[in-house]
Amino acid sequence: MLCFRILLSTTVLATLALAPAQAAEPLKVGFMTVRSGALAAGGRQMEEGLKLCMDEHHGEMAGRKIDLITADTAGQPAVAKTKVQELVERDGAQVLIGPLAAFEALAIDDYIRQTKTPIISPSAAAEDLTQRKLNPWFVRAVGTSAQAHHPLGEYAAKDLHYKKIAIIADDFAFGHEIAASFQRTFEENGGKIVQKLWSPLNTAEYGTYITQIDPDVDAVFAAFAGGNGIKFLSEYKNYGMQKPVLGAMTTVDEGILKRMGSEAVGVISSGWYSAAIDTPANKKFVEAVRKAYGADPGYYTVGAYMACQFLNNALEQVKGDISNKEAFMKALRNVNIPESPYGPVKLDKYGQPILDITIRKVEKKDGRLQNVVIKTYPAVSQFWTYGADQFLKSPVYSRDWTPAK
Amino acid sequence: MRSPVSTLSLSLIGLVALLVMPWLVTSEYYINIASQIAIAAILALSLNLLVGWGGMISLGHAAYLGVAAYLSIYLTTQAGFGHLTGALIAIGATTGLAMIFGYLALRASGLGFLMITLALGQILWGVAYRWSSLTGGDNGLGGLKRPHPFGLNLMDPTTFYYFVLVFLGIALLCMARFMQSGLGQSLQGTRDQPRRMHALGYNVWLIQWLSFVFAGFWGAVAGLLYAYYNQFVSPQALHLTTSAETLLMVIAGGTGTLLGPVVGAALVVILKNVVSAYITRWLILLGVIFVVIVLFMPEGLVPGARRVLRALKNSPHTDKDADVSSIVRDRTQ
Amino acid sequence: MNFWIIQGLNGLAFGSLLFILASGFSLIFGLMRIVNLSHGAYFMLGAYVGLSAIEAGVNFWIAILIGGGAICILGTVIERFILRRLTGQPLAQVLVTLGIAFIIADTCVWIWTGDPRPVPMPHELAGAFRISHLAFPIYRLFVIGVAFVLAAALWFLLERSRLGAMIRAGVDDLTMARAMGIRTSLLFSVVFCLGSALAGAGGVLAGPILSVYPGLDTDMLPLALVVVILGGVGSLLGAFVGSLIIGFIYSYGQALFPDLAYMILFLPMVLVLTLRPTGLFGKQAF
Repeated sequence: MLCFRILLSTTVLATLALAPAQAAEPLKVGFMTVRSGALAAGGRQMEEGLKLCMDEHHGEMAGRKIDLITADTAGQPAVAKTKVQELVERDGAQVLIGPLAAFEALAIDDYIRQTKTPIISPSAAAEDLTQRKLNPWFVRAVGTSAQAHHPLGEYAAKDLHYKKIAIIADDFAFGHEIAASFQRTFEENGGKIVQKLWSPLNTAEYGTYITQIDPDVDAVFAAFAGGNGIKFLSEYKNYGMQKPVLGAMTTVDEGILKRMGSEAVGVISSGWYSAAIDTPANKKFVEAVRKAYGADPGYYTVGAYMACQFLNNALEQVKGDISNKEAFMKALRNVNIPESPYGPVKLDKYGQPILDITIRKVEKKDGRLQNVVIKTYPAVSQFWTYGADQFLKSPVYSRDWTPAK
Repeated sequence: MRSPVSTLSLSLIGLVALLVMPWLVTSEYYINIASQIAIAAILALSLNLLVGWGGMISLGHAAYLGVAAYLSIYLTTQAGFGHLTGALIAIGATTGLAMIFGYLALRASGLGFLMITLALGQILWGVAYRWSSLTGGDNGLGGLKRPHPFGLNLMDPTTFYYFVLVFLGIALLCMARFMQSGLGQSLQGTRDQPRRMHALGYNVWLIQWLSFVFAGFWGAVAGLLYAYYNQFVSPQALHLTTSAETLLMVIAGGTGTLLGPVVGAALVVILKNVVSAYITRWLILLGVIFVVIVLFMPEGLVPGARRVLRALKNSPHTDKDADVSSIVRDRTQ
Repeated sequence: MNFWIIQGLNGLAFGSLLFILASGFSLIFGLMRIVNLSHGAYFMLGAYVGLSAIEAGVNFWIAILIGGGAICILGTVIERFILRRLTGQPLAQVLVTLGIAFIIADTCVWIWTGDPRPVPMPHELAGAFRISHLAFPIYRLFVIGVAFVLAAALWFLLERSRLGAMIRAGVDDLTMARAMGIRTSLLFSVVFCLGSALAGAGGVLAGPILSVYPGLDTDMLPLALVVVILGGVGSLLGAFVGSLIIGFIYSYGQALFPDLAYMILFLPMVLVLTLRPTGLFGKQAF
């Protein structure tokens, strides 16, 4: 065993020494997903999205074979840290895709900087990864928490004419950021958030929260991640609540929408993606996913798929040669995909995509629930209309964040 | 019963292997895994004080790992303390916590003790998870830089490995000394004959409480090293699964032995971090190994291996050089 | 006023779920001195099995029986072939159940893919019950009813039936019970089956409220432990009162002190342990 390891490592060393970018040699891509524990569902969807993209390219990008190495972080930050070392040091991964959760991304942030390994995030939406804690080696293939929900706040005030809204959100960074961004644009457009309820991620039942909701509000904004949207919406209905529900992108994400019933119908939400976006690129993508996995793609599936497309786009720019990491990173930040399931995508100088944000409404169509697009805000920046400089002056969105009046 | 010579020689072989390990493996990845094993081993050793010698099964031992890690990172990165003061306060406060938890948990014994420690651990997990202004919530706390004690560059994996190894060595020495000390002896007495110890005039409660606090102290040391190694901490460090895994290390390796927890720590860390790359359902494997060990080798791997070794020695065709680790490896595959 | 009523009902409903979970745990613990750390996993697995039954077209009530039955069988097998080998070693038994919990949890991810899944509730119990402007889900009222009926049935079983007499004899003094000719081996299997079945059926019953997801096991297990410690080991009344106390603390706590809600669930346990280590209704310390 030990001898084998030594042999293995020496061979790796030898090949590394001999390797100034022979185009024929496979490119090693490390992929961090979650296969065990509470986040396993998202991890599986990421794997599906990534596989679809790899198959589309027949395992080859810019003339180079892609050698994909997958690691299970178990959704635990400490394991994620070991796994990233395993991928980079032992397996020689040159580019990384992953990890799933923001807390995992934060846990490996130092390591990425130290080893200067390009990494594409397929799902972690934490604001500061492309803002106040900018990592030069990090590019994101999804929106930030706030990016999708600034427009929704404005939409709720201007188009739906809501005046008073109660927010209920998961009590963790993702929920805080979504809630605060929604509150900011909603209140700037004349609305008022009259109540904020923070339920723990592992809330067993939402009855105690639902019954606290102020009966005088015009609507409830429910910002949930994972499976909590399912629980909340069905209980909301069972408690006989009548007020309309606005959702975050993940509250009615396609990944869980397939498990919901009539309680979800009518929920208006916003996001950088909906399986119902009516473009040729998306139709083709959705059809492929439905054919392979029998369900509509959601947040994780499309995120991993796009992360892989980002990689392809950047590799083509550098003609498959990533021996110059700086040049490759520049290409990765220069990704420009005019047609994708998202719509047109290009990156700002912080490594964050500028995306079309859609307002969607859950409707039953073709025998299944879908997030039907009712409005599109084209080319939305992570900084909304505030501009980077002004936006970055204020601290990151948090639970206690209150808009400057 | 035990042959001291073989124990000693095995320990020596193990020691030499640990010391030269960084020259044998060229990948920093394996050195880092070894550091993690050493840290987990310190935690497991401290739990073994309670489980192995005290007969007190705790399912909340992650508390000391997590609290010390949170405190040291909070104090140095947010509250502006230096590394040394931060570390000392973290260890001191965590030991203080062990005093309180020990007081509460020792109201019961046996299964009650187990449930109370579990519940107390859950409280701390809840605090870490919900008190986000202080703990960073689910994102945890990060941004810790490893210290430079005596000009050592701990960012270098090999240096860090030796740094951790020194602590593991001290921990082992302390545990060995403790075992032979009056307190350690009487602790084992309370495990085997609590009533008799009581009748003999020993203060059983005090003996157990002092041992509990001592174990908490070493748990805190492990937590400090955990913080230095990972340079962040998240609620996972306080989670029930962390406590359960630590208990698993102690039981799997062999309760009440010095080397058992170290071997158990290696087993769990390797399974979780290395084997998981090849076997998707590694958690099932972990569970199965655990069940099999409790059923068929209830004394744990190290004493179990000794037993097997003795049996081999007594039969004519034996390979006397078969070492513990080869048997451990057989079991993991 | 409305606040106190509605949150009280919420607490009652959650406490009822806890009782169904904790009664089986307490039963097993009381007779066999086994802290079954797989109990949360049984609860989760039962819910998954029931869900699959419903998706295969079985009606909800039958699905509860299937969920309970499946876990009863699993529990009996585990008791016969694993736990029995460790008779007289309570700590080894605890550890084995911990390992089994790991195995069940990961197997569930394997089979049911880790997607969070709601268990559909029967149509006749959907919707809300209204009095003036108060609304409360019918299904929860039903769950409260089930818990009270179950409590009464268990009380009858333990206090008035022959089986109950044997169990009580076993709880009080196992050696004596054996000497009097009670077949404790069979008794253990029956009780373990019953306790497991309660967890499995409880999982299905809780499904429409809690839904099923990986991690449900570790979310629920500590609550069952707290209930049992609070109420007293092996005491049915203790499990009942303990469940309701925790249910109320859960619901009022989340409404009044949201940040401390999780912690204060454990406070009564700490308090009771310091003042009365046997729990509220327990005869013996652990």
